[in-house]
Amino acid sequence: MDEARDKQIIQREIEAHRAMPGALLPILHAIQDALGWIPPQATPALAQALNRSRAEVHGVISFYHHFRTTPPGRHVVQVCRAESCQAMGGAALEAHAQAALGTAFGETTADGAITLEAVYCLGNCACSPAVRVDDDIVGRVSSARFDEIVATLRGEQVSA
Amino acid sequence: MTIQIHVPMDSGALSLGAEQVAQAIAAEAARRGVEVTIRRNGSRGMYWLEPLVEVSVGGQRRAYGPVTAADVPGLFEADFLQGGTHPLALGLTDEIPFLARQNRLTFARVGVVDALSIADYVAHGGFVGLARAIRLEPAEVVREVTDSGLRGRGGAAFPTGIKWQTVLNTPAEQKYIACNADEGDSGTFSDRMLMEGDPFCLIEGMAIAGLAVGATKGYIYLRSEYPHAHRTLEAAIEAARRVGYLGANLMGSGRAFDLEVRLGAGAYICGEETAMLESLEGKRGIVRAKPPLPAIEGLFGQPTVINNVISLASVPTILARGAAFYRDYGVGRSRGTLPFQLAGNLRRTGLVELAFGVTLRELLYDYGGGSASGRPIRAVQVGGPLGAYVPESQFDTPLDYEAYMAMGAMIGHGGIVAFDDSVDMAKMARYAMEFCAIESCGKCTPCRIGSTRGVEVIDRIIAGEDRGRQLALLDSLCDTMEAGSLCAMGGMTPYPVRSALKYFARDFGVDETQAA
Repeated sequence: MDEARDKQIIQREIEAHRAMPGALLPILHAIQDALGWIPPQATPALAQALNRSRAEVHGVISFYHHFRTTPPGRHVVQVCRAESCQAMGGAALEAHAQAALGTAFGETTADGAITLEAVYCLGNCACSPAVRVDDDIVGRVSSARFDEIVATLRGEQVSA
Repeated sequence: MTIQIHVPMDSGALSLGAEQVAQAIAAEAARRGVEVTIRRNGSRGMYWLEPLVEVSVGGQRRAYGPVTAADVPGLFEADFLQGGTHPLALGLTDEIPFLARQNRLTFARVGVVDALSIADYVAHGGFVGLARAIRLEPAEVVREVTDSGLRGRGGAAFPTGIKWQTVLNTPAEQKYIACNADEGDSGTFSDRMLMEGDPFCLIEGMAIAGLAVGATKGYIYLRSEYPHAHRTLEAAIEAARRVGYLGANLMGSGRAFDLEVRLGAGAYICGEETAMLESLEGKRGIVRAKPPLPAIEGLFGQPTVINNVISLASVPTILARGAAFYRDYGVGRSRGTLPFQLAGNLRRTGLVELAFGVTLRELLYDYGGGSASGRPIRAVQVGGPLGAYVPESQFDTPLDYEAYMAMGAMIGHGGIVAFDDSVDMAKMARYAMEFCAIESCGKCTPCRIGSTRGVEVIDRIIAGEDRGRQLALLDSLCDTMEAGSLCAMGGMTPYPVRSALKYFARDFGVDETQAA
C-alpha cells in the first residue's frame, strides 16, 4: 500500500465532492472506486473536511455493507443469498462458491485473486441464481459456470 | 435503409450474454458485407427468451431467442434479417402470448425504444404528460394524480396524490422530489428494468412531480447493486438536460427542475423512506420516527415527495391520457396497473404488467408456465422478504391491496417468488429472521434484538427442543415485533415467519393441528 498516494486520492475526492449537500456517501464511493477500499486514514481526513466527528464518519463507513475497510482481492465476486436465488438452488451455489475458493463470505482467496461476498438481491431474480463479478451481473449460474468464471478471473485456461 | 436489429442492454439480458450476441451480430454482418444498425433497447421482460434479438421487417418486429453468440452465423444463414425461419424464431414480438395479453401502460416503451434516444422517447408519446403539466396549475396536476387512484408502488400503497397535496400545501424556500430506487426486495426488478429500458419516463415523472408541488430539485436514490442502471440514468439525465427537459427552463416554460443520482451502499433498510433521507444526507441509514412526515419535514428538513420509481413512472401516462384512463384499470381501491415480477422457480420468469385483480394462479401458470423444475409449486412469497408465503389454497385470491391485507399478506412492490415442493419452509422462516438481523438499522429493540432471538427460537423449534413452549415464545416475539417496531423491517418480518408456520407447519416438525 502506498499511503502517500492514497492520501492524495482521498484529498482529491474530498475536494471534488465536499460542496455537495450530503457529501459523505458520494466521497466514500469515490474513494472506494479509486482505491478498492476505504483506508483508515480516510476517517480523520473526512471528519476534518466535513466538520463531523471521527466517530460519526466511522459509524457511516461501518453501517453500509458496500464499504470495505480492508483491501479486496483483484476481483470481487458476490453471490446472491436472497429468496429468488434460493428457490433456484442458491444455497448449493453458496456452498460451492465457498468450497471452490476455500474462503468464507467476506474473505479473500490466498492468492489475492478474489474476494467473495454475500449479497442480498442483484435485481436479476428472473435469471436466478445470480452472481456479480466486479461490475458485471451473471445469471443462471450453475456450479460449473461458477468455476468457469473463477478460472477466467484467474486468467487460467478454461477446461473443456 | 439499413436493417434495424435490437439487442437489449438490460442487465438481465446482459447477464445471459447479450453483449456477446451484439458483438457477434456486428462481426458477422461485417464479414458478410451487410449493413445493419444495432440498436440497444431494454428488455421486453421475457427472460426465459433472453437474449432476445429483434429484427424490424416491413415495419414489424420479429423476435428470435434465446440467442447465444454461437447461434448468430446460423441466424444470418437462415436470413433472419428478412424474418427467415429458424429454430429460434418466435414470430412477431407483439404476438407472443406472454406479452400480448398484458396491459402495458407504465412499461409501454420498455424493450421497444432505444433506451437512450430522446427522439425515440418522443416518437412513442414521451413528454406529452410534462407538456400538459406545464399548462396546468400545480393544484390541477395534483388533482389529476389523486383522481387516477395511483397508490405508492414501492409497497406501502399510500395514495400518491395525497402525499403530493401535503407537499404542495407546505410553504418552503426549497422542496425536493426524492425517488426511491433502492429496490432491495428479492424477486423484484421492475424499477431496474424501467431505469435501464426507459429512463426518460422516470425523468419525466419526476419533473411533473416537481412542477406539481413546487420542487426544483430531485434526487434518485439508487442502490449500488445496479451499476448498469446507474450508467443509463446518468447518460439519460445528461441528454435530457442538453435539450431542456431538465434544467432552469423546462421545455421553454421558464420553470426549473433538475435532478441528480445518489448511490446507496448496500443497506436494505435504506429502502425505508426515512432511512433513505438520512442516507441522502450523508448519515447512517437509521429510521426516523414519524411524525414529522417527510412531506412536511423531509430531506434536509424540507418538504419532500418520496415516491418509488414505478409510482413516478406511472405519472406521465396519467397526465398524458387523463386520470380516468388510468383509473379505469383495476378493481376496488386498487386502481391502474401493477408491473408484477415473476421470479424464482418458474418456467417463464419476467415482467407482467396487468390491471389489479388478476390472481396468483393466473400469473404462476398462464404467464409463468408453472415451475421451472417441473415439480409442484408449493409456496409463493409475494411482496419481497417482508411479504407472506402464500399457499396454494390462496392462489385464487385476486391481487388487490385490500384483499391481500385481509389474508395477512401484502402485494408490496409486486415481486412474486415461486418455490417448488423441495423447499423447507422452516429454513425460509429462519432466513427471514436472519435477514432482518443482518439488515436492521438497530434503532428499535424489537427489530434489532428480536430478529436475533427469532433465529435462535426457530433453531430450537427445528431441533425439537421444548417445541410447545418455543412456539408460544415465537408467537409472542412476533407480536412484539409487529406492534413495537418503528418501521416495516421489524414490523413485517413476522409475515413470512408466521405464514410459513401457519401453512407449512410440518416443515417445523409440528403437527399441523397444533400450529399457532
